[in-house]
Amino acid sequence: MAEATLRIFRGDQGGGTMKDYRVPVAPGMVVLDALHHVQGHQAPDLGLRWNCKAGKCGSCSAEVNGRPRLTCKTRMDSLDLTQPVEVRPMKSFPVIKDLATDVSWNYQVNKKIPPFQPREGVEWKMQQHDVDRVQEFRKCIECFLCQNVCHVLRDHDKKAEFGGPRFFVRVAGLEMHPLDGADRIPLLKDALGIGYCNITKCCTEVCPEEIHITDNAIIPLKERVVDEYYDPVLKIVKKIFSAGR
Amino acid sequence: MTDRFETHEHDVLIIGAGGAGLRAAIEAMAQGARVGVVCKSLLGKAHTVMAEGGIAAAMANVDTADDWRTHFRDTMRGGKFLNNWRMAQLHAQESPERVKELEHWGALFDRTQDGNILQRAFGGHTYKRLCHVGDRTGLEMIRTLQDRGVQMGFDVFMECTILRLLTVGGRIAGAFGYWRETGRFVVFKAKSVVMATGGIGKAWKVTSNSWEYTGDGEALAYEAGADLLDMEFVQFHPTGMIWPPGVAGILVTEAVRGEGGILTNKSGERFMQRYDSKRMELSTRDEVARAIYTEVKEGRGSEHGGAYLDISHKPADYVKKKLPSMYHQFKDLADVDITAGPMEVGPTCHYMMGGIRVDAETARSTLPGLYACGEAAAGLHGANRLGGNSLSDLLVFGRRAGLAAAEYAKGIAQPSVDTAQIEESERGMLAPFERAEGESPYAVHRDLQEAMQDLVGIFRVEEDLKKALVELQKLRARANRVKVEGSRMFNPGWHMARDLQHMLTVAQAVTISALARKESRGAHSRIDFPKNDDTWGKQNNLIRKERGEMVLRQESTRDLPDDLQQILAEEK
Amino acid sequence: MAEAGLTQGGFGATARRDAWWLEMLPTIILIGGFSIYATARAFEGAHYLAGSYLSPFYSPLIDPDHKWWPLSPAVLILGFPLGFRVTCYYYRKAVYRSFLADPPACAVGEFWGKSYIGETRFPFILQNLHRYFLYGALVFLVFLWHDVWKALWFDDGFGIGLGTVIMAVNTSLLTLYAFSCHSLRHIIGGRLDCFGCAKAGLAQHKAWSLASLLNVNHMWFAWCSLVSVGATDFYIRLVATGAIKDLRIL
Repeated sequence: MAEATLRIFRGDQGGGTMKDYRVPVAPGMVVLDALHHVQGHQAPDLGLRWNCKAGKCGSCSAEVNGRPRLTCKTRMDSLDLTQPVEVRPMKSFPVIKDLATDVSWNYQVNKKIPPFQPREGVEWKMQQHDVDRVQEFRKCIECFLCQNVCHVLRDHDKKAEFGGPRFFVRVAGLEMHPLDGADRIPLLKDALGIGYCNITKCCTEVCPEEIHITDNAIIPLKERVVDEYYDPVLKIVKKIFSAGR
Repeated sequence: MTDRFETHEHDVLIIGAGGAGLRAAIEAMAQGARVGVVCKSLLGKAHTVMAEGGIAAAMANVDTADDWRTHFRDTMRGGKFLNNWRMAQLHAQESPERVKELEHWGALFDRTQDGNILQRAFGGHTYKRLCHVGDRTGLEMIRTLQDRGVQMGFDVFMECTILRLLTVGGRIAGAFGYWRETGRFVVFKAKSVVMATGGIGKAWKVTSNSWEYTGDGEALAYEAGADLLDMEFVQFHPTGMIWPPGVAGILVTEAVRGEGGILTNKSGERFMQRYDSKRMELSTRDEVARAIYTEVKEGRGSEHGGAYLDISHKPADYVKKKLPSMYHQFKDLADVDITAGPMEVGPTCHYMMGGIRVDAETARSTLPGLYACGEAAAGLHGANRLGGNSLSDLLVFGRRAGLAAAEYAKGIAQPSVDTAQIEESERGMLAPFERAEGESPYAVHRDLQEAMQDLVGIFRVEEDLKKALVELQKLRARANRVKVEGSRMFNPGWHMARDLQHMLTVAQAVTISALARKESRGAHSRIDFPKNDDTWGKQNNLIRKERGEMVLRQESTRDLPDDLQQILAEEK
Repeated sequence: MAEAGLTQGGFGATARRDAWWLEMLPTIILIGGFSIYATARAFEGAHYLAGSYLSPFYSPLIDPDHKWWPLSPAVLILGFPLGFRVTCYYYRKAVYRSFLADPPACAVGEFWGKSYIGETRFPFILQNLHRYFLYGALVFLVFLWHDVWKALWFDDGFGIGLGTVIMAVNTSLLTLYAFSCHSLRHIIGGRLDCFGCAKAGLAQHKAWSLASLLNVNHMWFAWCSLVSVGATDFYIRLVATGAIKDLRIL
C-alpha cells in the first residue's frame, strides 16, 4: 500500500514542533482518516476535533499545507504526497493542544446578535422564493474557517471590534428572514464593525458549504448600512415620504 | 472536600446538547429553573446536526388526509407493536405543535405552494409527512434550538464529559465530570438530571455515528441504578456509504428514497419487489437493511458489496436542490455524480431504539430525579424506528423531560453530594496514567468494533451471541489494563479509555438482551428464530444493575386501551 | 524541519506551497496597463472621433471646441466611470489584494498590522458612495448606446463597420457590467426582506433574481468591459489617425 508522511503540529500555547508520521494511504482517504490513523496507532494523545466525518458538523477545521480546510473533505489524493502533508491548527485562534484551538470567542460574538423576532401580528406563511435566500445562510456549519482566514481577524486581530464573516452570515439570515422585525443595522455598523471588511473574499473561497458569503451576505448588508448611514439623498427622500404620510 | 473541585449548582442539569437536550433545557428554563447543559463537543456539533431527511409530524400540509391517528398507527406498525403505546400516541399528537414552535423560533423549512411547511414521503409513513429543509433538517433544528437556548441564557459547559451520576439515598444529587480541554475535574450539583446523550453506535465498526456515540447516557444511568429497556433493538440504516473505505458507514439519507430513489442489485433488478412489493424502497428500515444484506450475501451485491441506489432519473437541478449535501458528499468523497449515476450503499449501524426506561408522560426514569429523552431513552420506537420519527421524538419528549425535571426540582432542596462517589470516580479516571505498561485504548476499541460487527450485527444467532459475551469479558479485562500516554490536556486517548467502559457496558446489555429474545422482530433478526413470536411480542427486556451484576428480566407490556386498539385495526 | 509551526507573521508569511503571488499579477498588469493608457489618452485630447465613431473615453463629448474648457474634453467626464470602477465591490477586492496587499492572498501574512482601518474611515469609507457612481454610469450608458446608434450612420447612409461592431460589443459589456452591480441588485429588490409582502413584490423578485444571475459574473463583466473600453478607444484612434482604414461590413 502507498504511504505518505503527515507533518503535524504537536504542542500547546507554550509552543510546539512539527512532527512527522508515516501513514498508509487507502483509496479515497481524507486527511482526517490519516490523522485518525496516527491517533489510533502512533500518537493516541493527538488532540483534534471531529464529529460527523461527512462535512456536516464543521468540527475538523485545520490548515492543510497552509490552506484552511475541513480535514474530512480534503482528499489525500488531491495533495502532493511526494512531500510531507503539513497539518496545522487554525491560526486565528489560540491553540489548546495540537490541532484543537480555542474558538470560544465566536460564541461570545454570537451572543451579541439579537435573535429572530417575528413582526407583530405576522401570519405564519412564507413563500419558497422568500425562504431560498435565507436558507443559503442557514447552511452554515460553523466550522469557523471563514473566521480563520479573514485577514481582519487573522492579521489585524480586530476581535474586539469585528464580528467576522460567520456572524455576518448569521445576521444576514436574520435580517433577510421574511418574517423578522428586529433591526440589526446599527449593530452591524458598530459592534460587529462590518466596515472593517474590505470584501477581499477569502471567506467565500474557503467556505466548505459554498455559501456566497461576500456577494450574498456581506455586500447586501453593507448596502443596507449605506441605506441607513451613508446615503444622504435616500435619507431626504425617506423624510419627505414619511412627512407626506 | 468538594472544594478541591470546580463546582456548579443548578436546578436541572442536562447532559447532552443535541435536539433533545436543548429542547429540554429550553423548557426547563421556561419553567424558571436554573439550567446547566453539559456536552462532549462544542455547542451545535451534536449528532442531531447530521439528521438529514426531516421531522415527522402529521400536519397534513401536503396530504390532507393525514392525522395523528395515522402517524400513531405507522409508528406502531414500524415498531412491530413493541412500542410504548402511550409514547407513540403523545408523539403523534404533539409533534405538529413542536414543529410550529421551531418555526416561531426562526427555523425555515421548505415551503408548499400556499406558503406552509412542505412535507415529503419517507419509509413506513402512509402520507407525505416529513417537514424538511433540503437534506439538512437536523442542522436547521439544532441551530434554531441552540440560538433559542443561548438567548434564554442557559449555562453551557462545552467539551465536558460526565463520568458518573451522583446519588444520595437513591436519588439524583448531580454529576461528576471533567473538562476535555484541561483534564480537570468538575462537580455539578443538581436537583434533577436529564439524560440526552444519544446512542451507542461507536461500538460497531460500520456506523454512521460520531465518536460521541459511546452509550454514555445508557451506561451512566445503568451504573446509577436505573433500568434499561429493550437494548437488543439496534437499527442498521439500510443506506450508508460503502466505498471508498474511508467513508464506509457515512449516512446516505432516506430522503433519497423519499424523493424517488430506486434500489437495484448487480444485475439491475429492483430487488425490493421480492421483499416488500407494496412499499418497495419506502419499506421500513429494518426490512430494507435485511434485503440489501441478503442480496449481498447471496452474491447479487454491487461492485463493492452493497446495492445501487439511483436518483439520476430525476432532473439534475431537482436533485441538487432537494439533496444538496448528498450531492456534495458523493462528489467530494467518492467521485460519484449522483445526478448522473447510481450510488453504492449498504447497511450501517445508525440508531438505538432501546435505552433508558422512561415513563411516557414525564420521561422519568426508574431512578428518582433522573429523566431521559431522545435516543438515550427507550419506548417510542419499539423494535424499529421510522425515519423522521427521531427528530420529532427529540422535540416532543425533550420538552416533556425538561418540564418534568423542572417540576421535580421545584419540590426539593439542593441535595448534598457524596464525596466517596466522587473520589472513586476520580481514582478510576486517573488509573490509566499510573500503569507502567498496557496497550492503547484504541486497540481495544478496534477489537470491540470488530466483535460487535461480526457477532451482534443485523442477523444474529445464539452461537455468535454467546461468543460475543465471552469476547466482551476479555475486552473488559483488556480495557481495565490500558495505558494512556501524554498529559491530561486534551488527550483523546485518555478520553477513549473512559468511553470504552461505557461502550462495553452497553455492548453487554445489547448482547444479553439479544440472546434472550428468541424471536425476530423489527431490527432484531435471529437466524435461529426467524419468526415473530406473539408471547415475545408482549415482553420487554429489562436490564438493571443488582449487586454489581448485570441482571436481565422480562416484563409484560401494558395492553392498549380500546380506542387505540381500534386505530390499529383500521386498514389504511 | 522541526520549527515551531505556528509563528507565521509578517508580510508574505504563509505555509501555503503554491505560488500565491501569481494571483496578483493579472490584476496588476491589467489595471496598471489600462491606467497608463487611459490617462495618456484622456489627456491627449485628439483622435477620438473617426467619422461617426466616438471613443468611449470621450462620451458624452462636451465642449470639443474648447469654448470654455481648455483641457481635453475627456477630463471633464472621466471621473464618473473611474469612480464607478474604483468603488466597485469587485475592483475593491482586486485592488486591495493586488495593490495594497491587504491581504496579498488568502492565508498569507501582510504588513498593515493593528493600524488597519478597513472601510471604516477616510479615505476608504468613501467606497460607500458606490451607488451614486452607479446612477452616473446608468446615465453614461444612454450616451454610449446613442453613440452606437450614431455609428450606424455613415456619409452614404445606414451601414455597419467593424468600428460599429466593436462599439456595440463594448457598450453591451459595459451594460452587463453595470447591470450586474451589487448596488443595483440591492436597489431593485435586494433591500426587501419579504418579496411576498411588498408592493409589486413579484416583479421586484424577478428583477432581483435577474440581477443576481448577472451578479455571479460581475467579475468577468468587469474585466471584459475594461479591456473592451480600451480596445474600442484604440481602434477608433487608429482609424482617426489614419493608421488603418475602418472595415465596412454592410
